[in-house]
Amino acid sequence: MTALVIAEHDNASLKGSTLNTVTAAAQCGGDVHVLVAGSNAGAAAAAAAQIAGVSKVIVADAAHFADGLAENVAEQVLAIAGAYSHILAPATAYGKNILPRVAAKLDVAQVSEITKVVSPDTFERPIYAGNAIATVQSSDKVKVITVRTTGFDAAAATGGSAATETAAAVADSGKSVFVGRELAKSDRPELTAAKVIVSGGRGMGSGEAFKILEPLADKLGAAMGASRAAVDAGFVPNDWQVGQTGKIVAPSLYIAVGISGAIQHLAGMKDSKVIVAVNKDPEAPIFSVADYGIVGDLFEVVPQLVAELG
Amino acid sequence: MKVLVPVKRVVDYNVKVRVKSDGTGVDIANVKMSMNPFDEIALEEAMRLKEAGKVAEVVAVSCGVTQAQETLRTGMAIGADRGILVETAVELEPLAVAKLLKAVAEKEQPQLIILGKQAIDDDSNQTGQMLAALLGWPQATFASKVVLEDGKVTVTREVDGGLETVALTLPAIVTTDLRLNEPRYVTLPNIMKAKKKPLDVTKPEDLGVDVTPRLKTLSVAEPAKRSAGIKVPDVATLVAKLRTEAKVI
Repeated sequence: MTALVIAEHDNASLKGSTLNTVTAAAQCGGDVHVLVAGSNAGAAAAAAAQIAGVSKVIVADAAHFADGLAENVAEQVLAIAGAYSHILAPATAYGKNILPRVAAKLDVAQVSEITKVVSPDTFERPIYAGNAIATVQSSDKVKVITVRTTGFDAAAATGGSAATETAAAVADSGKSVFVGRELAKSDRPELTAAKVIVSGGRGMGSGEAFKILEPLADKLGAAMGASRAAVDAGFVPNDWQVGQTGKIVAPSLYIAVGISGAIQHLAGMKDSKVIVAVNKDPEAPIFSVADYGIVGDLFEVVPQLVAELG
Repeated sequence: MKVLVPVKRVVDYNVKVRVKSDGTGVDIANVKMSMNPFDEIALEEAMRLKEAGKVAEVVAVSCGVTQAQETLRTGMAIGADRGILVETAVELEPLAVAKLLKAVAEKEQPQLIILGKQAIDDDSNQTGQMLAALLGWPQATFASKVVLEDGKVTVTREVDGGLETVALTLPAIVTTDLRLNEPRYVTLPNIMKAKKKPLDVTKPEDLGVDVTPRLKTLSVAEPAKRSAGIKVPDVATLVAKLRTEAKVI
């Protein structure tokens, strides 16, 4: 029994999500191999060989792997899939894009976003945006799995000494061309990767008012988010949205400001380790999930909080 | 050019689902059902392409129970020209849906299929990618901008940390993210008009597709509950607690 992990990387380095996925793969019970499909990805492959618990790294290097196009990477996975009992990728934009193509071609039902390995064929995964946890068993010969990174600790990035082997690169599909990339220039962390998130809701009253949250986010090194109500009201752009139809987050600290706590918002943030709520309505549902609540006017409380944090 | 838009009937996003006491699933009896929000965005995008004169026909297709006809009627009220229901009482997994859609696509020969990136019930995020693989088509998932011209579709995608742009040769698959557009409201006259639009019903057997589930759901449980927190009197207490009790700052 051997599990294959599809490494997420930018050719120069591995993404942290690969480490969480290796942990999940190891829990499936056998050896763990890592596929690095990239272009001039020697550095990423070397990093993969260092991960504790990885016994082999397979490198497929070709220009058409440079940008992780799903059509090409999925074909490469399929080219070596025969040797594996489990094929795993992180449930990030990268892994979610690639893995269902692999599953479909193998005629396998993929198990998405697992949060726990119960046994080599049984997994837990959240459904309904985390409002229920399903335990599912796969009867397929190969288990094809995406891994919710917040559900597994990162494997140690060093301490391993895996053998590295080269696989013949599959041909370019030619049907999809990478045009460009525009990474957010913000100094703030990404919402889904942030350790601290400061979010505002309808109670902010305007887009202008979100500026009051910026010093707080700066102090805490936090990402900024919003409830659907705030997005629908046009205060902030849609990609700030935390909730069932937005981003699902689980930071160490989530500060909800002027957010009443609609079901659809709670679904997106209730797995946060510590939740703080600031709201003037003492009956707001957000207080039922908050570890610490302050009842008061956010326009007074937030500046006080910034001052107190020093 | 024809565009196919698969739409799924799901529990409305405002409903708090309850896990059945016997742990076999969630209780969806007498619960409000709606079109999956991401599919609504997909349909809206198809309509905008049609209104821009780039698309001649928009066909909505759904796979599932008889009541999914209502979802298709909503789709036609948004503007789809006609609807196709692949009717089955079997609980469909994304792989089965992808196979059914492949069969429909082979019949309908669309140049573009736009789907929601995921359904808000099983949160699988698989169907579009699976369909692309089965058809041997290129894909652009998590789209925030779609430009259709000169036999290709150029799509801006929401990836972790920013945006990425890919250009696909048609026929192709696009799956939608939230930022792509804001779906229109359905008006009463359009609801009335939708009732007269054609809706074909077919079955998985007619399409020669085996939809037997591959995954067995052993149990469905409530997630761990958060214990009720406390209200603190002032900001100083809050910061002290975050530092010494929660140790998160």
